[in-house]
Amino acid sequence: MTALARGAAAAGVGVLALGIALALAAPWLAPGDPLDMVGRPLLAPLAEARFPLGTDQRGRDVLAGLLHGARVSLAVGAAAAAAAIGAGILAGTVAGFLGGRADDALMRLTEAAQTIPTFLFALALVSVLGATATNVVVAIALSSWPPTARLVRAEVMRVRTLDYVDAARLAGRAPLAIAFLEVLPGALAPVVALVGITVGEAILVESALAFLGLGDPNLQSWGRMVASGRANLRVMPSLVVLPGIAIALAVLAASLTGDALARRLGGRR
Amino acid sequence: MPWRFLGRRLLQAVPVLAIVAVAVFVLLELAEGDAVDAYLAGTGAGDAGLAAALRAEYGLADSLPVRFLAYLERLATLDLGPSLAFGRPVAEVIGERLPVTLLLMGSAVMLSGGLGVLLGGLAAWRAGRAEDLAITVAALVLNAMPGFWLGLLGLILFAVRLRWLPLGGLGTIGADLPPVAAAAELARHLVLPVVTLALTYLALYVRLMRAAMLEAAGSGWVLAARARGLPEARVVLWHMARPALLPVVTMIGLQAGGMLGGSVVIESVFAVPGLGRLAYEAVSQRDLPLLAGILLAGTVTVVAVNIVVDLLYRRLDPRVGAAPGEGGR
Repeated sequence: MTALARGAAAAGVGVLALGIALALAAPWLAPGDPLDMVGRPLLAPLAEARFPLGTDQRGRDVLAGLLHGARVSLAVGAAAAAAAIGAGILAGTVAGFLGGRADDALMRLTEAAQTIPTFLFALALVSVLGATATNVVVAIALSSWPPTARLVRAEVMRVRTLDYVDAARLAGRAPLAIAFLEVLPGALAPVVALVGITVGEAILVESALAFLGLGDPNLQSWGRMVASGRANLRVMPSLVVLPGIAIALAVLAASLTGDALARRLGGRR
Repeated sequence: MPWRFLGRRLLQAVPVLAIVAVAVFVLLELAEGDAVDAYLAGTGAGDAGLAAALRAEYGLADSLPVRFLAYLERLATLDLGPSLAFGRPVAEVIGERLPVTLLLMGSAVMLSGGLGVLLGGLAAWRAGRAEDLAITVAALVLNAMPGFWLGLLGLILFAVRLRWLPLGGLGTIGADLPPVAAAAELARHLVLPVVTLALTYLALYVRLMRAAMLEAAGSGWVLAARARGLPEARVVLWHMARPALLPVVTMIGLQAGGMLGGSVVIESVFAVPGLGRLAYEAVSQRDLPLLAGILLAGTVTVVAVNIVVDLLYRRLDPRVGAAPGEGGR
């Protein structure tokens, strides 16, 4: 099982690295706007050398769409996860360190954020604020910070009773400095385990929003490609199948990489 | 005493619902243009005078605190306002759509929970062997697939290619079938949406069940049961699987909100006329009062599911509620 786990980790990291490389290279690999019509509509994959994965009903290059879509999916996924984890760490540290009223208030807020159906909330937020990549990031981050907050809070509550924290207090350090410079670093290790899941979840939510037509209208994305391919489900299923494989691969690679990271850094669990 | 527990649990839900109500109010305030703008844009008519008159009539010209109080007052009387897209009260529209979603969610929870317990239990029982590996890998891959894509794959295979199942909807309207045939027709239409929704949550339950079974396997009580010479089947089912069900039940409660969100996408794929599809319609027609109502109704649904799950948990776990002053999670 360990050899297998190592293999899975290597595959995850490899696929993720390849995806990031392709996303970064997209403007050179597929120059021009992937939303432009460049060929005859509905060309099957492998039918023409210029379009190895074919074209969709509006003559857009599917391969170019996948490459440029990787930029949106990976960037939005990473940014939203970073924002969510950052907000969760902040809320969790404050709640766990201060305790009392602040903790109560923050925990009620966490509970509310976990009770409101998160995807519905993200959907409403994007539709109210407008469908831009930034707003999608904000919406995903606002709906996915609670697990990190809960985990960090529990760890901070454990760590703040340790001797070295008392020592810092006796040394007269400011409470804020103790919370974020002394306690937090000791409480961060388990959070690593959440990174892969959070990124994967963010990619899935982004694709679902784009599928429902709430992605950035100026950017090609995988969820949007699935949605537009839906019209030709009978004629050319590849238009739906290919971008979906890209999403699943990205999420799988993110979660395998996260697992590997957690095993390397965390040790515990 | 379940009544006291129920009362306390309802009381606990009050701050959560209050926070969500405020969040929804903020969301509505953030919107560019108000309901009157949207209404006038929808009818194509409108001059400044009519807009001002409408705003005065619906209290939209008042100050922020006054509007907030009016909003709370309407919520307290379960008045969610009129839907712009449907021209009927929001509460009425939601009431029509909610049962379908509850049916979809309920069936999907039972399917994914049941299948997850079976497969997770099997994986733990055969830990480290081929079955375990196959189930673990399948769960990992399934977990990475977007629900809408899984649904579309199901449509391509079972509705387009094999023609076993319908493409979408909930059945022929006005077909006037006898009750049994009508139920069968409904079930046939629900197969793909339910299975898709269940599959997107299956991995979670499989992993949880597997981990909990393995934890129980290393416990003292399983060792004691083996030492007493109990048959293996009894040890696995009674001493390992039964306690392992508890975290699964907890997770069902935690995932209620997630599943409601997931049904937005699934209902859109299969054109199921439920709450999720309604949310999509509200978004595409910019019907904010309806969207706000759906968010609130969805939250209340999640709270209700959680209370039911907590009650169930108390029945399953003899330790909870046994000690005085003990209860809940």
